[in-house]
Amino acid sequence: MPRSFLIGTVLTALFVGMAAISLIWTPHDIESLDIPNKLKPPSGANWLGTDQFGRDILSMIMEGARTSIAVALLAVGIGMALGVPLGLWAAARKGSLLDELIMRGNDLIFAFPSLVIAILITAIFGASAVNAIIAIGIFNIPVFARLSRSGALSLWERDFILAARVSGKSAFRISWEHILPNILNLMIVQGTIQFSLGILAEAALSYIGLGAQPPTASWGRMLADAQTLVAIAPHTALVPGLAIVFMVLGLNLMGDGLRDWLDPRLRVERA
Amino acid sequence: MLRYALKRLLSLVVSLIVASIVIFAVIEVIPGDPAALILGVNARPDTLAALRTEMGLDQPLPLRYADWVWGMLRGDFGTSITYKTPVAEMVADRIWVSLPLAIYALCLSTLIAFPAGIYAAARRGRAGDLGVMGATQLGVAVPNFWFAMILVLIFAINLRWFPSGGFPGWDEGFWKAMKALTLPAIALALPQAAILARVMRSSLLDMLDEDFIRTARAKGLSRRQALWRHAVRNALIPVLTIIGLQFAFLLAGGIIIEQVFFLPGLGRLIFQAISARDLIVVESVVMLLVFVVIVVNFAVDLAYAAVDPRLRTGR
Amino acid sequence: MSLLAISDLTVRFGEAKAVSGLSMQVEPGEIVAVTGESGSGKSMTALAIMGLLPKAARADGRIELDGQELLSLPEPELCKMRGRAMGMVFQEPMTALNPVQTIRDQVAETILVHGAGSRAEARTRAAEMLDRVGLPQDRFPLNRYPHQLSGGQRQRVVIAMAIALRPRLLIADEPTTALDVTTQARILDLLKGLVDEFGMGLVMITHDLAVVSDMADRIVVMRHGEVMEQGPTARIIAERRHPYTRALFEASDHAVDLPPAPPPGPMLELRDVVRDYRLPRRKLFEPARHMRAVDGVSLTINRGERVGLVGESGCGKSTLTRAILGLEEVQGGSITLDGEPVFTGHRPNLSARRKMQVVFQDPYGSFNPRHRVGRLITEPFHLLPSPPKGADRDRAIARALSDVGLTPADADRYIHEFSGGQRQRIAIARALIIEPELIVFDEAVSALDVSVRAQILDLIADLCRKRPLGYLFISHDLSVVRSVTDRVLVMKSGRIVEEGRTETVFDSPAHPYTRTLIEAAPRLPDLDRSAAHAT
Repeated sequence: MPRSFLIGTVLTALFVGMAAISLIWTPHDIESLDIPNKLKPPSGANWLGTDQFGRDILSMIMEGARTSIAVALLAVGIGMALGVPLGLWAAARKGSLLDELIMRGNDLIFAFPSLVIAILITAIFGASAVNAIIAIGIFNIPVFARLSRSGALSLWERDFILAARVSGKSAFRISWEHILPNILNLMIVQGTIQFSLGILAEAALSYIGLGAQPPTASWGRMLADAQTLVAIAPHTALVPGLAIVFMVLGLNLMGDGLRDWLDPRLRVERA
Repeated sequence: MLRYALKRLLSLVVSLIVASIVIFAVIEVIPGDPAALILGVNARPDTLAALRTEMGLDQPLPLRYADWVWGMLRGDFGTSITYKTPVAEMVADRIWVSLPLAIYALCLSTLIAFPAGIYAAARRGRAGDLGVMGATQLGVAVPNFWFAMILVLIFAINLRWFPSGGFPGWDEGFWKAMKALTLPAIALALPQAAILARVMRSSLLDMLDEDFIRTARAKGLSRRQALWRHAVRNALIPVLTIIGLQFAFLLAGGIIIEQVFFLPGLGRLIFQAISARDLIVVESVVMLLVFVVIVVNFAVDLAYAAVDPRLRTGR
Repeated sequence: MSLLAISDLTVRFGEAKAVSGLSMQVEPGEIVAVTGESGSGKSMTALAIMGLLPKAARADGRIELDGQELLSLPEPELCKMRGRAMGMVFQEPMTALNPVQTIRDQVAETILVHGAGSRAEARTRAAEMLDRVGLPQDRFPLNRYPHQLSGGQRQRVVIAMAIALRPRLLIADEPTTALDVTTQARILDLLKGLVDEFGMGLVMITHDLAVVSDMADRIVVMRHGEVMEQGPTARIIAERRHPYTRALFEASDHAVDLPPAPPPGPMLELRDVVRDYRLPRRKLFEPARHMRAVDGVSLTINRGERVGLVGESGCGKSTLTRAILGLEEVQGGSITLDGEPVFTGHRPNLSARRKMQVVFQDPYGSFNPRHRVGRLITEPFHLLPSPPKGADRDRAIARALSDVGLTPADADRYIHEFSGGQRQRIAIARALIIEPELIVFDEAVSALDVSVRAQILDLIADLCRKRPLGYLFISHDLSVVRSVTDRVLVMKSGRIVEEGRTETVFDSPAHPYTRTLIEAAPRLPDLDRSAAHAT
């Protein structure tokens, strides 16, 4: 097992664990304000200090982890659930009009600046976690479609697929039985990368106020609140930022390690 | 070569047409009547109808689409509802912030990433490689807007080397303007440089495993000579793709960085326009951004052909 | 003093030895062939001489070129030797050249990197070398890129690069294995001519004993990293003292014992089959262009008949195979099996396909790595209206595996647990399981070592004895086709140019192309006669 996978898994597990614990317990209640106790640096009572309303930052980080993970995970789910079948379908009909349509559709989505469209979607349909998920998820679709198509195309060239065709199996059945299991590793590795990108995107959206709305805690909004306070209380900006960095780092290390472990020749897209 | 360029040009035009239809359609399905939005909830129905006529909202859809496209082709982007000024003018002002910022950041990103990627690939598995890869792993994980805040804290608030925000305009002098763009450009560039360096390295490593590198070594080239003379140019092909994608990202990804540094760029314009439901502005700016992205991708396609003879010459 | 003297060379990967205790000499103007099956360490020997072993490998012993010890030489000194004192030609010409550099620049680089001339001189010399290897400027402009050349032409460029500075030693690692027989013959002639002209020593790494006996002055036979036997070619072939050498030659010249073919009755019938491919448009508004891969082929395979199909790459034999198997629709003519078309109304016809199975070339790519053997070989059951289940299915699996010389217990293992030869047996088991009337062997033994190949050919003959089995045996290897078929078809540019009883066609070919093919194919000398001659 590669060391990077181990470190990544530990980091990821740490945040997932924090998110899970926050469901039943946090050190302090983040919905009650404690103004006299505001902007306190880390101490015994508040391990990571307090924000401008005197709320406990550790508790907010724990709840924020929940939001980040939920949004990013569901966005990856959307991308995989729609992208992989489209990619497999396109590969099975390589060179056909359908393939062309799916691939050109992908290119088209890539041509749109993703952040602008995400902002557009959340602005039109209202800022909420669900809309953030959809906005991020849409851009995951072409990533998975492209990758699963290219993975499937190289498999379609292989003799064992020809043998299955000689056995009279339909393209659908071959995709399901032979292709999907063989590109699963690739999809899982890419999934962790998209997961980490989703965490970053969620933070960016909630930073400009288009992600999860109060009272739901979110790392991006914590950073937005901290922006004017960074000079007097640097910890309010450092803590949520580092939380994002370590979560993303953990996922990336896990993904890279997983790839080295499963198959070093897998190619993932990272852009 | 010409045939290849023409083919790419055709696909550019098709992409632009499809993109414009998509943008127009999306803006059309947005709930909320812009006329009602301007006049507020207490507007009288006849004033509303009059405004709708004035704004052309009662025309059939295809006609409005044609009007919009024809307008844009002539440089007429319509008039902003909230600011009552021509969109073209607003865009013209701001593109001189966003475009230089994106180019500045792209140059920085490339200047950092190429040497780092080549250095790491040349030292595969050794300390230098591990160091570069560790740094890029961290760079990929840093959200650029947070990085921007940290840069402001260190270089603007504590050291006072750079302004913490705002843009003086190019009239105030080139260096002053560049100084205002430096921290934003660094904030944008570093995470992108990390990605690009990783792509450069892995692409080079792929090339170093190719048979033709072994052939070159058999000719008497040293490892380093083989890397520079044979691997780098071949490795550029996937790297170019990423550079194209990054330019698009930097142009639009400026939105958030522009928020952090209070820069009057396209990002802030579109952000404000969306909040104000100023759809004409939104529509035009998105179309403009998509236009730039598609043109950049076209340029990347031409760059491929310059690098790769298999694209410019048939068998 | 020898040009190249290797003594006690050992190449290790960790604990494992790829080459152990190899000693050999090469004199100027001499061709020494290093031969053996895969894993014999012959390629590692070549790389060790060049100092291009993979990083994980360690080499001990002595390698002396013109009295200069190479193994202890520091890398910068080795770089000066490579290309100048010794050159190398590789197996895969399609990937051995830099795709983004012109052929002239790549040849000139050999000269430039050694500082053996100015840029202009290097270019002139490069042009001369390309001309010498058979790529004259007027037909092959110097600014061509590798992708504009065929495999054989690219191999010529690689050779020009290797000999540009007239090195004393040339190493060729399977230089013709990836090429067609007629191309192979021309490249071998070129190499022989260069050795004579320049007085070079040539170390030729090859698995092909026929090539060896045609070319080499001396032979080194290797197995599992050790030298089994070495000596002058004529003596080695005549005496075959070492049992492994003997086994190797016999396997290369393996003749199988086919049972007589059953009385004729047509089974597979092709009438005027045409298969077109659409080509990408060259101009924007030009009508679509087509490439005719199969051009009016008619043929009949009788029940239980063993038919060979030979031809070089690009002749259309793979396309024809796909059409016969019903994988692709044809644009003209008809393909019927027992009178039933393999394609009906744009859909493959399952009842015709049921009577036909296929065995592919690559024993590694033919199986889904995630399934067990039992599941892999029962895949053709999908073609049956009511596939056997439960105990019937297990019985069918056990019988198919036993038929090909494996055990029923192998059904529970994964494919990566088997060797290449065993995988080809499993591929045959998969083809046999629905008891087809026709099996298409598509280069089915081409990727195998000679000894394994002999076993698989015996297995095929054996199966013919047990049950009426007809097959279409597609191969580029004429000697194999000769031994396992009753009738042979020769294909060129999408057409069948000659057809007839195998012996007749091979002994007195009627078509000039067939004659070229047979003459180009390297042949083992008649073993019995050379043995008699030696005694």
